[in-house]
Amino acid sequence: MMPSFLTPTGMTRRHFMKHLAGASAMLGSSLALGHSLRVHADDLKKSKKSAILLWMGGGPSTMDLWDLKPGAITGGPFQQISTTGDMQISEHLPMMAKQMHHMSIVRSMSTREADHNRGRYYMHTGYVPNPNIEYPSYGSVLAHELMHQRPELEIPPFISVGGASEGPGFLGMAWAPFTVSSNGRIRNLEMQLNEKRLIQRMSALDLIETGFISQQRGSAAEDHRKVLKKTLDLMTSAQMQAFRVEQEPEAVQERYGKNNFGQGCLMARRLVESGVPFVEVDLGGWDNHSDIFNTLKDDRLPVLDRAMSALIEDLAQRELINDTAVLWMGEFSRTPNINADTGRDHWARAWSVVAGGGGIKGGTAVGETNEDGTSVITEPYSSEDLMATVCKALGISLETTYTSKSGRPMKIANSGKIIQGLLS
Amino acid sequence: MASNLKNFYQHIFAASFFAVTLVCCTVTAWAQTESATGSGSTASAESDNSPTALINSEISNAWNDHGVKPSPVEEDGKWCRRVYLDVLGRIPSIAELDAFIKDKSKDKREKLVEKILNDPNYTEEYAANWSTVWTNVLIGRNGGMEDDTLISREGMMKYLRDSFARNKPYDRMVYELVTATGTTKPGTDKFNGASNFLVMKVNEEMAVQATAAVSKVFLGLQVQCTQCHNHPFNQWKQQKFWEFNAFFRQSRALRRFVPGGRDIDHAELIDQDFAGEGGQPSEAEIFYQLRNGLTKVAFPVFVDGTEIGKSGFVSEVNRRLELGKLVLQSEFLPKMAVNRMWSHFMGYGFTRPIDDLGPHNPSSHPELLEKLGVEFKKASYDNKALIKWIVLSQPYQLSSRAIKDNQKDDPASGESPKFTHFYTRQMQAEQLYQSLVVVAGSNASRGTLEQQQQQRDMWLRQFVIAFGTDEGDEATTFNGTIPQALMMFNGELVQKATSLDKGSWLKQLADAPTKNQEKVNQLFLVGLARKARADELAVSVKLLQAREGKVDEMLQDMWWAILNSNEFIINH
Repeated sequence: MMPSFLTPTGMTRRHFMKHLAGASAMLGSSLALGHSLRVHADDLKKSKKSAILLWMGGGPSTMDLWDLKPGAITGGPFQQISTTGDMQISEHLPMMAKQMHHMSIVRSMSTREADHNRGRYYMHTGYVPNPNIEYPSYGSVLAHELMHQRPELEIPPFISVGGASEGPGFLGMAWAPFTVSSNGRIRNLEMQLNEKRLIQRMSALDLIETGFISQQRGSAAEDHRKVLKKTLDLMTSAQMQAFRVEQEPEAVQERYGKNNFGQGCLMARRLVESGVPFVEVDLGGWDNHSDIFNTLKDDRLPVLDRAMSALIEDLAQRELINDTAVLWMGEFSRTPNINADTGRDHWARAWSVVAGGGGIKGGTAVGETNEDGTSVITEPYSSEDLMATVCKALGISLETTYTSKSGRPMKIANSGKIIQGLLS
Repeated sequence: MASNLKNFYQHIFAASFFAVTLVCCTVTAWAQTESATGSGSTASAESDNSPTALINSEISNAWNDHGVKPSPVEEDGKWCRRVYLDVLGRIPSIAELDAFIKDKSKDKREKLVEKILNDPNYTEEYAANWSTVWTNVLIGRNGGMEDDTLISREGMMKYLRDSFARNKPYDRMVYELVTATGTTKPGTDKFNGASNFLVMKVNEEMAVQATAAVSKVFLGLQVQCTQCHNHPFNQWKQQKFWEFNAFFRQSRALRRFVPGGRDIDHAELIDQDFAGEGGQPSEAEIFYQLRNGLTKVAFPVFVDGTEIGKSGFVSEVNRRLELGKLVLQSEFLPKMAVNRMWSHFMGYGFTRPIDDLGPHNPSSHPELLEKLGVEFKKASYDNKALIKWIVLSQPYQLSSRAIKDNQKDDPASGESPKFTHFYTRQMQAEQLYQSLVVVAGSNASRGTLEQQQQQRDMWLRQFVIAFGTDEGDEATTFNGTIPQALMMFNGELVQKATSLDKGSWLKQLADAPTKNQEKVNQLFLVGLARKARADELAVSVKLLQAREGKVDEMLQDMWWAILNSNEFIINH
């Protein structure tokens, strides 16, 4: 059981805002700082949808985790175990086996990008790389769509723990991932001077800033100002406590695992609880071209099993699971064929992702691969389909359309289709 | 004289042996040619057949075709700032800016470019900047920073600094990088800094990284996807990938340990006999697998179809030396170089991405790219000449302000660039650092350029995120993010740059016997290459009241505001 966590309340921000009002009057600043404190108590109670992406950088071998083929020549040494859901998974994920009633596996993912950069981009955006247009990543899109549910949020709506994630594309730098390391320490957060003087400096800065924007020298100027605003919000927000994982009881930290990914998952829960709509947590080390089975058994899977199961259990206990979609995936998977170095190489044609929470059905396995895991034998699903399903579950209309800077319309989730088995 | 040397050069490459002493001779000889061609090819917008004139006519033809018009010429101060940032990697000092603005001669822009390219006082900085740019291209921002690395970042930078300081011809540099053998770390026996480019790329996964990097960086050919299958949008086939890969299979990186210890001290890149995967060194083949499981054989064949000997014995065929020669003959070599340089100065290349010149990826100005490549080759791959052509061309003179007649020319929206105005972009992290430390008189210990670069790279690490794949992919969080803004607000670097310590630039300015308004103007000139506007001066007066009349603190506030502004960090 995990002890309860109370969002700490601080006076810092309100204090700051008061000073700000005074200083602005003095210097006639036009930089509207932060959100006005007009949030009604009712808004805070409304259900807030969020998503957590567990990103497995390097491309994990899903046929050794979620879709085993024991006995097949490609199967590898791992055995299957039963779970609390209607499927079996790897014997090296025993703690996850007890949480599978919350989660489902899509075993019929079939994609085309087997290069790290292309695969990472595609799985994060639903689009293949196009040199002429930068598409926004899921994190930016979901943050953008869910932001209105939390007007009180002062910290960035898209936070990436331990990894770079993908950028905001044409949505602009204001929707970029805020990347932090899993210890929650944020560099240069400490103000170096008193608030009054900072505010006075801001007035001078704002004058230069807006003067430059008015000269029409490209969109970077306006973007810069938005990021300045977000930075000020963040520096003065009591919500920054959400990053302080070390405030959690020792037992909770241990349950998640005292490693980067474990503490990152714990931070993800704290962030979601504080109202952040999208959090990505990175676990790398899946690019197992050699010695794959020992690496998985002794290293990667124990870390994953502990942290992911803790996160789901914790979200469920706090009754956050119905509003928080949890996604597990990498850029692709690995070849069923085991190479000469006892490794598996890149493979995108047939693989699995895991999804649950936030209205996504748990406990089932959707789709099937053939007996040696080389191809999908049921309807294949794509990155777009997965994204469409998550959007639908979170109540975001699939008719949502963005217009890129060139005027090109872009439908959310790139017109992906719903993965039927995942929604009830 | 130049043509004689050219013959000499071809002669060298034709020779089947390639002794180290000969390399040294050619390098010295080439340094001399450089100055000869350098002075002979002064780019002038007026002379009709200069490469600069070529740029101007091709670019303006495209404006007519697309019905757009150029912005007016940028004001001198802003243009000067732009040139220093792009050529030397930092903003100009007040003295440099002043000298340029006060110069009333007609050809002052030519003179400035001539000065920072060829005045010996600038050689060291010029070399340091381009070594920074190229180190990032060759080994990434993270190269040499990892715990178990074989790369000496210092060695890579030293090699590049030396090369740019003597304006080594670009093709010469490429040849050295592709064929390098020797040790990575300065001060070791057999030190050859160029070996750092490939040292981590030849050992892993059958030199797949070396294959991808050499073809992409120098030839603009993206082959990494064809490793496993024929690519639908790429002229490259899987066979070609492995044929190219076969050139690297004699090469190995050997670890050299700290004497008596187990820690790696440095590495040595060598070429050794390759037995072939079939065990027949006289015909040393490699195998690769098709997707359907069939195994195929490959021998070294260059992208244009040129085959070399199949032997794996280095004494019979040194595969990387052969590759080096073939790369020098490739039509893609000058094109790729020109495209990279153009993009460095103009914000966008002729193709996107710049290192994909395949036929599937059309260029915005195909003829210009082609012709400029030819000119670069004709000029014996003189980097400084190429820089001069671009920096003195019309599009580089233009204001970064869009006008009504060119607003639609916005490459950020996916349109292909027309270069009707200067495209603004964020300073690179290195440019910011260099600007703050070198120009704006932060009290950071100056040290040698080498030490500065090391300090800077340590500072840079906070913005680099590695993806943790075998290919060493990385991303930067510097570009316009909250961490960047936090660093500018509160970080040590800006604290130092705004310090009022004795001897600091701000303190000296505060104590100078000039009017306050003049002092504030100085701040704006250094930071933004313009004087303060009336409303900005008014704010400085209010700030002075808030600081109870302390001029140094008011200047500190203003300087902080300038450094944190979009106008400062955006190269415009």
